[in-house]
Amino acid sequence: MSAPARASRARGSSHGPAPDGRTSFCGLELAHPIVNGSGTFDAIAARRTFGDALLTEFPFAAFVSKTVTVEPRQGNPPPRLWEQPGGMLNSIGLPNRGLRGFLEHDLPALAELPVPLVVNVMGFTREEVATLVGGFAEREEVAALELNVSCPNVETGLVMGADPGETAALLARVRPLTTKPLIVKLTPNASAPGSVAEAAESAGADAVSLVNTLRGMAAHPRSGGPWLGGVTGGLSGPAIRTVALAAVRDVARRVTIPVVGMGGVGSGGDADDLLRAGATLVGVGTESFRDPAAGTRIAAELAGLREKESTVRG
Amino acid sequence: MSRRTLAPFGRRRATVREARGIGAYDLLACENPGPAPRPGQFYMLAAAERWGGGAAERPFLPRALSHLRAPGDDLHFLLEDVGPGTRRLAELHPGHELWLTGPLGRGFGPPGEGRRPLLVGGGIGVAPLAAWQDDLGATTGGTCTLLLGFRDAAHAAAAALLRDPLVATDDGSVGHPGVVTELLVAELERDSGAVVYACGPPPMLEAVRAICAERGAPAQLAMESGMACGYGACFGCVVPTREGYVRLCVEGPVLDAGSLESALVMGAGH
Repeated sequence: MSAPARASRARGSSHGPAPDGRTSFCGLELAHPIVNGSGTFDAIAARRTFGDALLTEFPFAAFVSKTVTVEPRQGNPPPRLWEQPGGMLNSIGLPNRGLRGFLEHDLPALAELPVPLVVNVMGFTREEVATLVGGFAEREEVAALELNVSCPNVETGLVMGADPGETAALLARVRPLTTKPLIVKLTPNASAPGSVAEAAESAGADAVSLVNTLRGMAAHPRSGGPWLGGVTGGLSGPAIRTVALAAVRDVARRVTIPVVGMGGVGSGGDADDLLRAGATLVGVGTESFRDPAAGTRIAAELAGLREKESTVRG
Repeated sequence: MSRRTLAPFGRRRATVREARGIGAYDLLACENPGPAPRPGQFYMLAAAERWGGGAAERPFLPRALSHLRAPGDDLHFLLEDVGPGTRRLAELHPGHELWLTGPLGRGFGPPGEGRRPLLVGGGIGVAPLAAWQDDLGATTGGTCTLLLGFRDAAHAAAAALLRDPLVATDDGSVGHPGVVTELLVAELERDSGAVVYACGPPPMLEAVRAICAERGAPAQLAMESGMACGYGACFGCVVPTREGYVRLCVEGPVLDAGSLESALVMGAGH
């Protein structure tokens, strides 16, 4: 663990960005507090669509990759999406090239982005997570690692992020493998995300991020059976904004490490709410589907709110 | 000629210039806030007002539509009111505003030396064929055969948007009584040196794929799938190919029929 990262554990960062928007997070100096949620923006595909304008107008202050697993994954059978009032369900199933493919094909492309890179990883056993963390430990292109703990440990049957003991055991295994900041992505489907966050902090996590999507299911309009190919999916969008705000507030009061808050953020005001609830960074996800440049707009709206506030305070 | 025009980054506002009914469909014309698209590319459309944004309502996500034509500084889209998104778009009037992201995806590719283009459209799927017919006429100078299928006369009114079509209707009220793929079989028997370009409902595309595969005719299919973002972010629009799942929004929406086991896509048209 580097000295700046330790220093960032001070509680002061939880009051949000400096007046100019600059934000410190786990030793990283970011231009503003808006990042993407993992799996909601593919910078490589976006560059094919938008060209180098993506790099010059990059919407996030740091980029979080899609989840990387040890083995390649095709993802779930379609249909994968369902629009509902105030949001959407997705059942994507973490398609990715696997660790080797990511290191060979994706990492060089993501290293060209103008912002720090956070790689999100998920394993089905603690050893798989260790393989992934070890695989990135010495890669200087990677600024931090985010652990997706929303899946069951196939050896214990417990969701790694739904049980404080599981989370602590996972951190105990992988913490010694890297000096890079480790962010634990919490699931709102746990009964007590606050307890899981405390366990993560005690076991050496540098930050927590929340919320992942909420589990849901859509019925097929004609057959009545499950619409999604993966049967259940994750709910995101404005519908989960209040759930996220409550969870972020609870967790931020129980840990001293920084919190990345996300869930239904669509405006600078939504981001401000999460920062005031104790988040240091704010993730944008589903809103980027509606507007690829949503991150830029939300960061600008947030800066506008802060400017207005400082003017009022004189 | 590239099959992909790069899009400006982020969505752009566009003012609606014209909105009128064409039989069972609506034609929506707006200013083009970006570069000229290639035929077969598409846009993500949302009305600037009353389209999600925090209120507990649908539509919430933008809707993917290939342009019908891109004349001058305008974009023309053909709509069919089939759900909350297309209904909201069909309510727009001149002066209203749209959000547009695009042009997106990879459009139609050239026919190849000596191959006669044969265009096959079904229902709302006739839209991208209009731009492609214009483009083929301008670049090759030659004629291409255009086969269009519709449910009934009200839908077949859209045939007037394209040049010299042979029309089939399910109810026999206009043109050939039956499905458009019967016309396709007759054309391929007459001239096996054709390259087929098709857009339409999944059962039609699957019939086109099977007919072309049987006769060794190359085919490009402009496909549709439920899509949240249109630029590769959500991974929601995958279709199965011989190489595994591909995202229709970045590898398509036009795919080579030979890359598909089946064109029956799950989750289209939600």
